[in-house]
Amino acid sequence: MSSVSAPSSSSAPTSLRNAVIRFAGNSQDGIQSIGGFLARLAGRTAQEVMTYMTIPSTISGGPSIFQVHLGSGEVLHEGDEADVLVAFYKHSYQNHIGSLRKGGICFYDTADMTAEDLKQDSGIIHIGVPFTSATVEAVGGSTRDRGKNMFVLGMVCAVFNLDKEKLVGIVSRQFGRKDESVLRNALLAFDAGFAYQVGDVEKFAFVPGEAPGSHRISADGNQMMTLGLIAAGVRYGSAYPITPWSSIMETLRVELPKYGGIYVQAEDELAAVAMTIGAAFAGHLAITGSAGPGLSLKMEALGYASMAEIPLICVNVQRGGPSTGLPTSVEQSDLMQAIYGSHGDSPRIVLAPKDVEDCFYIALEAGKLAKKYSCPVIILSDQALSSRIEAFEEPDLDKHWVEPELDLATRPADFKPYPLDAITRHAPPGAKMAGGKYPIATGLEHDEMGHPSGSPKMHTLMTAKRRNKLVQLSKELPLPEIHGDTSGDVLVVGWGSTFGPIKESVTRMRSEGHKVGAVHLRHLHPMPAGLGDLFKQYKHVVCVEMNDSGLYGYGQLATLLRASLADPRIQSVCKTDGLAFRIREIVTGVEKIMTQA
Amino acid sequence: MSTAIDTPAAEKLTKKALTADHPTWCPGCGDFAVLNIFYRVLEKLQYPHENIVCVAGIGCSSRFPYFMNTHGIHFIHGRALPLATGISLSRPDVHVFVFGGDGDGFSIGGNHLNHAARKNIKLTYVIMDNFVYGLTKKQTSPTSPIGFKSKTDPTGSIDRPINPMRQLLASGATFIARTHAAQVKHMEAMFERAILHDGFSVVECLSECVMFYSGAFDDSWPKKGGTFETIDEAQHDVTDETAAFKMAENLAPGKFGVYYQVNHPTKNALEQKWIDETQSKLGGISQKEILKKRFEAMR
Repeated sequence: MSSVSAPSSSSAPTSLRNAVIRFAGNSQDGIQSIGGFLARLAGRTAQEVMTYMTIPSTISGGPSIFQVHLGSGEVLHEGDEADVLVAFYKHSYQNHIGSLRKGGICFYDTADMTAEDLKQDSGIIHIGVPFTSATVEAVGGSTRDRGKNMFVLGMVCAVFNLDKEKLVGIVSRQFGRKDESVLRNALLAFDAGFAYQVGDVEKFAFVPGEAPGSHRISADGNQMMTLGLIAAGVRYGSAYPITPWSSIMETLRVELPKYGGIYVQAEDELAAVAMTIGAAFAGHLAITGSAGPGLSLKMEALGYASMAEIPLICVNVQRGGPSTGLPTSVEQSDLMQAIYGSHGDSPRIVLAPKDVEDCFYIALEAGKLAKKYSCPVIILSDQALSSRIEAFEEPDLDKHWVEPELDLATRPADFKPYPLDAITRHAPPGAKMAGGKYPIATGLEHDEMGHPSGSPKMHTLMTAKRRNKLVQLSKELPLPEIHGDTSGDVLVVGWGSTFGPIKESVTRMRSEGHKVGAVHLRHLHPMPAGLGDLFKQYKHVVCVEMNDSGLYGYGQLATLLRASLADPRIQSVCKTDGLAFRIREIVTGVEKIMTQA
Repeated sequence: MSTAIDTPAAEKLTKKALTADHPTWCPGCGDFAVLNIFYRVLEKLQYPHENIVCVAGIGCSSRFPYFMNTHGIHFIHGRALPLATGISLSRPDVHVFVFGGDGDGFSIGGNHLNHAARKNIKLTYVIMDNFVYGLTKKQTSPTSPIGFKSKTDPTGSIDRPINPMRQLLASGATFIARTHAAQVKHMEAMFERAILHDGFSVVECLSECVMFYSGAFDDSWPKKGGTFETIDEAQHDVTDETAAFKMAENLAPGKFGVYYQVNHPTKNALEQKWIDETQSKLGGISQKEILKKRFEAMR
C-alpha cells in the first residue's frame, strides 16, 4: 500500500496509490465473486487492477483465496505481500497471516477466532469483526453461511472509500438475474458491512486513476481469449472439458450459435482435434483447445495438420505437469511439447499472450497466421491468465473484426493442393474444380497433387516446403519492444503471463542503479529473426520462466534460445512451485546471475 | 486462389468422372467391388460432383478416397468419424461418405463409432470388414474369429470377436445394414438406402482379404458353397430393436440386409434448431454488433 500523503486522523482518509487485499476463506464462501466485483469496480473507476485466486481441485469446498491488487497507476502483478487480509476462518488466518506485510491490517471473523488465536507482536493491526453474526442479523436468520461475503464487501467499500453507488450497481446487475430475494439479501448484508463501525482504524481513499480511455472493461484471460476467437472469425470447433481450459469451450458452446456456428463437446481429446480439423478442411477457421494432458493426446492429429497443411487454432491453457500434475496451478512447462510434440518434423506456429488483454489480440493473430500459413497455430495461455481479472481498454471492433468467409470459388484447371512454389491454399468441399480433377488432403507424404509419394526427393522438398513457411514468418515478425535500457548489464527475457512481474522487476532493478532491459516473446515458434543482435547489447541474458531448469540448468525457452543462437551467456531463472512469480523472486534471481560473473 | 473463373456447365456424374488413381489393392480383393458399386450408386443419385466428400482413416480399405475423384481427405488411424463429424456439422450442403476397415472402426476408433452413432451425425459409413489386419500383413483384428491364426496369434486367436451388428445397435446408430462384397446387387441396394437415410447410416460389408484371410466369407457365398440369406422385411420390422438384437445373435454366417432403421432428429438438425432459436432472439443485428454488446456488458 503506497500512500501519497502521511497518515492522518481517522476522520480524513489517507490517500493511496495502490493496495493489495487478500480474502481468505473456503471456496463456497463467494470470495471469488466479491473479488470480481472489486475488479469490475476498478475497471469502471479508471483504476488498474490485477487479481489472483487459488481454487482447490476438489469438487466442492476447501480453502480458497482471492487477492485483488488495486491501483491508480499501472498494476503489473498481483502483489508480493498483502496490505489487508480478510480472514473468514481460523485456518484462513493461520495460512495467510504470513502474506500480510508488517503494519498491514487483518480483519477476522470473531465467530471462528478469539484474541488468543492472534499472532502477537507481529506489527499487524488486528480487527475482529463478527462477519457471521452481523450478516445473520442483517439478512434475518436462516442464511448462516450465505451473505458473509457481501458483508465483507460493504466493509471494504467503507474502509477504502470506494464508489458505493457504482459498486451497488455492479452487484445489482449480477444478482438481478436471480430471484428477487437473493439481491435483497445481498444488499442488506452489504449495507450492514458498509455501516459497521470497524473502530479506530485508518480509512483510505485512492487518488483518482490516471488510466485514460472512454470504455474500460474487466475480464479474465479465458473470456478475452474466447471473444478474440470470435472476433477472429472462428465459428466451429470441438473440445473436451479439462481444467483450466473448460470455461473457453463452455462460452464458445453458448456464444457461437448467436453467430451461426457450432461448438461440439467431443467424446475425447482425439475426437475433439479431429472434428476441428474436419471443420477446417471444410473451409472454416476452427479451434480446439485443452490443458497439458489433452495437448499430449492431440499431438498425432496436430502432426497431421502440419503434414496435410490444414489451418487451425489449438489453445493450451497450461497447468502444472507432468501427467495430471497440479490441475489448478500455473506453470509454463508445455513450451517444448507445443513446438516439438508430434512425431516427425511437423512445424507449427506457437504464440503466447502476455496478459489478459493480450489474450484477445493473440487469438486474432492466431486466426490470421493459421490462414496465411495454412498450418496449426498453438496458443499457450496458462492457469494464471485464465482466471485472473484485469481492467483494460475495450477492443475496437471496427478495427479488429474479421468477417468469416467460406471460399467456394471454382478453382482453376492448374490447381495443385500442395504446390512447391507457393503456400498451400486448400479447395474445400463445395468448390468446383475447373480441370475436373478433385484434390485430396493427406497425411501420407505426397506430391504436389496430393498423391502418396515415397520418393526421397519429394520428402526432402515437401519437408522444406512446410518448414520454409515458418522461416518466412520469422523474417516477417517485428522484433519485440524493449522495456527499460536498450543496452547494459542484463536483458530479462520472458514469455506468457510473466510479462507484468518481469516489467515491474526491471523497474525495481533500474531504480537500484542497474542497467536492465526486458523483452517479452509473444512469438515462440518461429521466433523473430534478429533476436541474437538484440541480445548482444547486454552483458547478461536471463530467461525467467515458470518451469524446471532441467538436467543442464536451463528452462525451456532458455534451452531453445541457447540452441538456436549458440549464445552461452543465456541463463535461466526458473521455478516450479505452481505459483506466479513474485517481484522479489525475479529480482533476486537476476541479481544473483549478474553478480556471479 | 479465390479468383472467380467461369463455372463449367453442370456435368453429368459418370463413373469416368468419379474415377481417380487405379486402386493399389491386391488382385482379387473384395474392396474393388465396393468401389465399383459406390460409383454406380453415385451415378444413380447424381449429386453435384463438388459436394461429394470421401473420408477415411488408415488401413487397406481406407485408401478409398485416393481412388475417388471427389473432394477427399485421408486422415489418421481410427479418427475418420470425428473428422467427418466436423465436416458434416459445419457443411450441411455436402454429402459425407466415410470408408474404413474393422481395425479402424471397431478397434482404434471404436469409441468414436459409439459417439458418432449416438449423436446421429448425418453421414454414411461403410465398414469393409475382412476379419484381419491386411495393411500390416496379418495380425488379429477385433472381428477375427476365435482360433484364427495370425502373426500375433500363431496358435489361434483367443479373444472373443466383436459382434458388429450388436455393437452398432447398442451404440444407437439409426440405420444399420449388413452386406457382402460378392453380392453386388444386394450391396448396391444397401448403399443406396444408407445414403438416403437422414442420419447416421452404417453398412458393414464383408470384404475378403485374399492375401491374409482367404475364404473368410465362403459360408455366405453361394458360389463357394455357402448360403446368402437375406432379411425378409415382411417378417422383420426394421424399427424393432429387440428383434434386431435377436437376429444378430449368430453372424456366422447370419443374415444380410437392413437390421435396423429408425428416424430420429440428427445432431445437424438439432444444432441448427438451436442456432435458429438463438438468432431469432437477437433481432437481426449484425454479428459485429452482437460482440460489441457483449463488451458493453463487461464495462
